[in-house]
Amino acid sequence: MSHDSTKKTITVALGVCLVCSVLVSSAAVGLNSIQTANKKLDKIKNILAAGDLKSEGQNPETIYKEKVKPIVIEVKSGDVLPESKYDEFTKPESFDIKSIVQNPDYSTAIAADQDIAGIKKKPNYMVIYEILGKENEVEKFILPIYGKGLWSTLYGFLALDKDLQTVKGITFYEHGETPGLGGEVDNPKWKASWNGKQAIDENGQVVIEILKGIVDPTNPNANRQIDGLSGSTLTTRGVDHLVKYWLSEQGYGPFLAKMKKDGADEKI
Amino acid sequence: MKKYKDVLLDPLFNNNPIALQILGICSALAVTSKLETAVVMSLAVILVTGFSSYSVSLIRNYIPSSIRILVEMTIIASLVIIADQLIKAYAYDVSKQLSVYVGLIITNCIVMGRTEGYALQNPPVASFIDGIGNGLGYSFILLVVGFIRELFGAGKLFGISIIPLTTDGGWYVSNGLLLLPASAFFLIGFIIWAVRTWKPNQVEED
Repeated sequence: MSHDSTKKTITVALGVCLVCSVLVSSAAVGLNSIQTANKKLDKIKNILAAGDLKSEGQNPETIYKEKVKPIVIEVKSGDVLPESKYDEFTKPESFDIKSIVQNPDYSTAIAADQDIAGIKKKPNYMVIYEILGKENEVEKFILPIYGKGLWSTLYGFLALDKDLQTVKGITFYEHGETPGLGGEVDNPKWKASWNGKQAIDENGQVVIEILKGIVDPTNPNANRQIDGLSGSTLTTRGVDHLVKYWLSEQGYGPFLAKMKKDGADEKI
Repeated sequence: MKKYKDVLLDPLFNNNPIALQILGICSALAVTSKLETAVVMSLAVILVTGFSSYSVSLIRNYIPSSIRILVEMTIIASLVIIADQLIKAYAYDVSKQLSVYVGLIITNCIVMGRTEGYALQNPPVASFIDGIGNGLGYSFILLVVGFIRELFGAGKLFGISIIPLTTDGGWYVSNGLLLLPASAFFLIGFIIWAVRTWKPNQVEED
């Protein structure tokens, strides 16, 4: 029974804890750099996918550096934040939606009646990505979007054409919807059906909507409608709401209005 | 050698942790809607059961019986965290889909059951093999269920289209029920039925 003496019990407990904690912490510290690199690469791949930039055979990071220019905007005013004002939260390299909304200085609570995307708080700053064309002109804007689906918050990107009206692509890089049902937001065919649809009209109103069912091609508004995903009414509604939210005045509206005005000025 | 072979292969059919002992059902429902996640989950469970049984068996003569479950849990939890970190580092896409379920291996009754029921009384090598064997038994069910669910629920295997779905222009209307966790209950039920018809000595007496 000497095993059960208090001294022995404490010694064994301490010994086991010590060995285990060394193992766990060395695994966590040792693998941390690979894990961070994975996350970064995953995000880059998704930005490229949303911008329809193929990365076959090429290193995604090279293409990202060449073709993608991140800019930081103040969501409420739509102003672009100058690089000199970047800080640890707004720097594009380390920008993370989940951590910025946790910080009360960098986020704003959304009134319940306006919170159609179900996100409760929104960041005051957002990093958006400009996709550059051959002569370094802006071809598309990649806008981060997120909101509640059925089970989870969906995080993704919406690509908007330089005309600031047409959708050029959509992708979700993180969600926990049911595979095969709501998880069909990852279906390449469905994602492709967004391409070329009109999201915003001439007056800056959000016009795009996801139907419950299939778009009737003879409908005059067919160009503004997306097929609903069958068997996933709630996920579809969530995506509909979050896209509408982020394109509205609440989301990127002010920024888009400014870009439109700038574009008009340049033409004159 | 024969003894080790029995220890390894017994849990596959004769004493399957899921089919006979009905342990570890919860995670079997959650990770089997796709074969890929089922495979990674299986590997993680095999490694954790193997190494936790081995480690517990190594120190079995020093563990005071009053805190033996705590010691077992500490070892299991540490191994699970290490497995989780490895998956996050080397199979990032899969880790996103498995999310919390890798962490929940800690509460998987199979791991705890083998350390408590076998490793405490047996030498390290036999315990290691017993752990691996039970992990394999769990994996066997997981892979069968994952195979059926992904093939008939989504028309795919490992994410590659096998049966063309009507949504992609093919002929097969997918069975949405198979993608819901409840379908794994039905499938595991059928597997238990099949195993017990094959080996009637597993049938419990009323």
